[in-house]
Amino acid sequence: MNLVRGFILIPFIAICLIPFLRMKGNAIAVYTAVSLNAILTGTIAFLALTGNSYELTLSGSLISGPIRLQVDALSGWFMLIINFAFLTGGFYGLFYMRTYKDQPNNLALHGILFVLLHTSLLSLCVIQNSIAFLVAWEIMALSAFLSVIFEHEKIATVKAGINFLIQSHVSIIFLMIGFIWVASQTGSYDFGAIHSYSMANSTELSLMLYLFFFIGFAIKAGFVPFHTWLPYAHPAAPAHISGIMSGVLIKIGIFGILRMLLLINLNYTIIGTIILVISLISGIYGVMLAILQHNLKKLLAYHSIENIGIIGIGIGLGCIGLGTNNLVLSAMGFAGALLHTLNHSLFKSLLFYTAGNVYQATHTLDIEKLGGLVKKMPQTSMLFLIAALAISGLPPFNGFISEFILYTGLFSSIPHALITSLIGISVTIIGLVLIGGLALMCFTKAFGVVFLGNPRHAFHHEVKEVSFYQLLPLYFIAALIVIIGLFPKVFLDLMIKPVQLFTNLHQLPFISFQGNGIEPLLSVSFAGWIFIALAFLIFGIRKWALRGRRITVLPTWNCGYTAPTARIQYTASSFVKTYSKLLGVLFLIFKKEKEVEGIFPVAAHLETHPYDKLEKWLIDYPTTNLKLFLDRFRFFQNGQLQFYILYGIIFIISIISIPLIYDQVMLFIGFLNKL
Amino acid sequence: MLSLLLIILAATFFTGVIIRTKSIASGRKGPGIFQPLKDVIRLFKKGAVYSETTSFVFQIAPTIYFASVFVAMLVVPFGQSKGIISFNGDFIFFAYVLGIGKFFSIIGAMDTGSSFEGMGASREALYSMFAEPAFFILMGSLALLTGFTSFQEIFSALHLGSSISYALALMAAIVFLIIAMIENSRMPLDDPKTHLELTMVHEVMILDNSGFDLGLILTAGYLKFAIYGAIIFNLFIGTISYGYAIPMFFVMQAFLAFVVGMIESFMARFRMNHNAQFIVVLSSISLLIFFGALLISGKFI
Repeated sequence: MNLVRGFILIPFIAICLIPFLRMKGNAIAVYTAVSLNAILTGTIAFLALTGNSYELTLSGSLISGPIRLQVDALSGWFMLIINFAFLTGGFYGLFYMRTYKDQPNNLALHGILFVLLHTSLLSLCVIQNSIAFLVAWEIMALSAFLSVIFEHEKIATVKAGINFLIQSHVSIIFLMIGFIWVASQTGSYDFGAIHSYSMANSTELSLMLYLFFFIGFAIKAGFVPFHTWLPYAHPAAPAHISGIMSGVLIKIGIFGILRMLLLINLNYTIIGTIILVISLISGIYGVMLAILQHNLKKLLAYHSIENIGIIGIGIGLGCIGLGTNNLVLSAMGFAGALLHTLNHSLFKSLLFYTAGNVYQATHTLDIEKLGGLVKKMPQTSMLFLIAALAISGLPPFNGFISEFILYTGLFSSIPHALITSLIGISVTIIGLVLIGGLALMCFTKAFGVVFLGNPRHAFHHEVKEVSFYQLLPLYFIAALIVIIGLFPKVFLDLMIKPVQLFTNLHQLPFISFQGNGIEPLLSVSFAGWIFIALAFLIFGIRKWALRGRRITVLPTWNCGYTAPTARIQYTASSFVKTYSKLLGVLFLIFKKEKEVEGIFPVAAHLETHPYDKLEKWLIDYPTTNLKLFLDRFRFFQNGQLQFYILYGIIFIISIISIPLIYDQVMLFIGFLNKL
Repeated sequence: MLSLLLIILAATFFTGVIIRTKSIASGRKGPGIFQPLKDVIRLFKKGAVYSETTSFVFQIAPTIYFASVFVAMLVVPFGQSKGIISFNGDFIFFAYVLGIGKFFSIIGAMDTGSSFEGMGASREALYSMFAEPAFFILMGSLALLTGFTSFQEIFSALHLGSSISYALALMAAIVFLIIAMIENSRMPLDDPKTHLELTMVHEVMILDNSGFDLGLILTAGYLKFAIYGAIIFNLFIGTISYGYAIPMFFVMQAFLAFVVGMIESFMARFRMNHNAQFIVVLSSISLLIFFGALLISGKFI
């Protein structure tokens, strides 16, 4: 009880204080509140992960009934991820936001929202009552919306924010339908009621119910085709908010999908297949579009869709494993999904923070204008490189570990699988491999064009590395990325309890990550060690061999051309030209072109704007048609007060008269029946 | 351990045999088969020239590229004898560790700020992306056929009984050979001896590398060929005793090098925009293998 009081009191005090504090005090208050709450909830979460769940029932209100709070292993895992992301992101934000110190009011609001976002995200992991859950969900959505539109003087930012706000509320509608459905049948808002309701009814009905929740949570998570808000909201937000949104906010969607999986009794093979198909599409579609992007943050946002796809593949495989009584597939699927959730929150937030550094130094995120930053910002480049390697799923970094877990589950279930699941497995393997290959292409492009080569654009201000304190949390994240890659065992042990929650759904005897073809994870980290040792050894030999030899520094070889400029470098667009031509059918690329003509050509130019085909079909067409349809009712809104009063009167009269008329009609029908 | 030694030995003459075959086919005498090795040793003794555009990435890229190929080599077994690293799913590690080498060779090329090297980098990224699914489908079908998921177990359990399994092994050998060609940027996809930078893939990426770094990159290329040769050999080795297997290994490697040499002598390079289609064909061959494996294991109902 005291814990809950503390949990609510800390942010409350901070929120009351912030408006009265100046710039520095504001920052201290925000960060203290976040860290105090992180310590408080982190301890409980950690205890839950080691097997000591925490449960508590609040008396609640008349409408909601008693509110149950529960920290089990699943909530614990997500709470730790959220806390880490907020601690590092908050610290980064303290220094990132210094640029805006001439807007104290805006900053105070931003601080309040940051604390609220943290509190609401943590509460969502804990609350087991649908009304309280929806309230927390709404607080989260609103505080995220207001954090996104920090730079609200830009029209594009506000547009992106409103897009996010609307789609968040579409997601809430789906969740509400699900919760009201259960409450109307059982009369209880407790999550336990969802479980008992699905146990009492057929699996088809449960599947319908689950799909409502799934769509609601999938909009938040950003599965294709519910992803369209993501590529707008992420670039519009300040860097630390983008990092946190991509790192943990969309993961709360994943948490919801997993939580409902625990509550609703389902035919796991069917739901697993549905999730798997959607995730494969998300994974491949996300990265395919990411490659085309010219805006660094937009590129990263599309990559979030890809990684949500990978997490979803894990969940889908886990469900199929449950349905087919395949212990290895099930354990590896869920373990892969949970670990990738952590991994993605690490490397994606690191990528967003480094992109933020780039933005601070150059004031642009247009890849085609950047280049050669590695010399001006060596530390940022190094950190970006580590995150890029990790997100491409390459050993010895953490992304490889989670993908390897998924592959192990897939390959180890091949020998016993039947024809139908074999086709599913092989399609999944091809999908994962393609995602890996495309991600490699995408991040060689991003890193190569932004940080390497010569600067493509002359900036009028000095481009310099950000301060050490701003880089400090980034080093923490990078260290954790490497640690997970090299010592995966520690994290796998923490994941035993959460994975057990899922395997217990079908009484599969999962005890730990040992035996049953799960051991290779140790060998994989060992192989990673060998790789690192070898790389250092060879580098040492190289250094030793080159000592005392003549080292010359000359211009890059340009095949005999002696006056190269930065403009002859390969650009991001040309890097992906062949690719976009090959798969051109799938994309929508708007082109503005003026070709080189005549004997004495004048300046020519080419502009391309990649756009999302799915967005055009699923969002743009319906909205324009809806607008056209609704325009017909425009005449109602004619601006004359008399008419509005008339509408009011008609409304009041109909409210009063409809029940009366209904009674009369019923009376008449009764009379007819008597006849 | 055995495989490591054998692969290194095979790597010493593999590229030499290719070059020799090409010279003889074109009516020249050609250099000795150890000439590439001598070239590399000479490079290792040289100083270096770096581009003024480059950064630390350019310095570490060749090292990491070499290390990745070397670690990939440690995974490959030789018949019954395991590679130095062997675990369930080691072929996944094999493909991904080669991936990190590729990542660094690509960004190493981008680091020079040259338009040509960017071109090569872009092509390399695209081709390797298309080639990877073929490898994974192939290994998946072998896992299905044998019931194991590590290189060594798969290869030692791969019994060539019926004629259909011979057909499969042959197709698998072709797939591995073509993957080796793609990985090493050899003839139908890329002409290593071309003089025009615009049409190169791998060669153009290393235009600015020199001395020790260039030596590392070339050595890695030789090793890669021998690694794929060893994998192909493993498809057929079964449980033959070492006394026969080891000489056969070298004969097979020389034969493969001869085949590559002949292909390069009598085939023209594809047009750049046909390469991607060619590589996708590779995936369909491995899908054929997958269905063959389904047939053999009786999973078709």
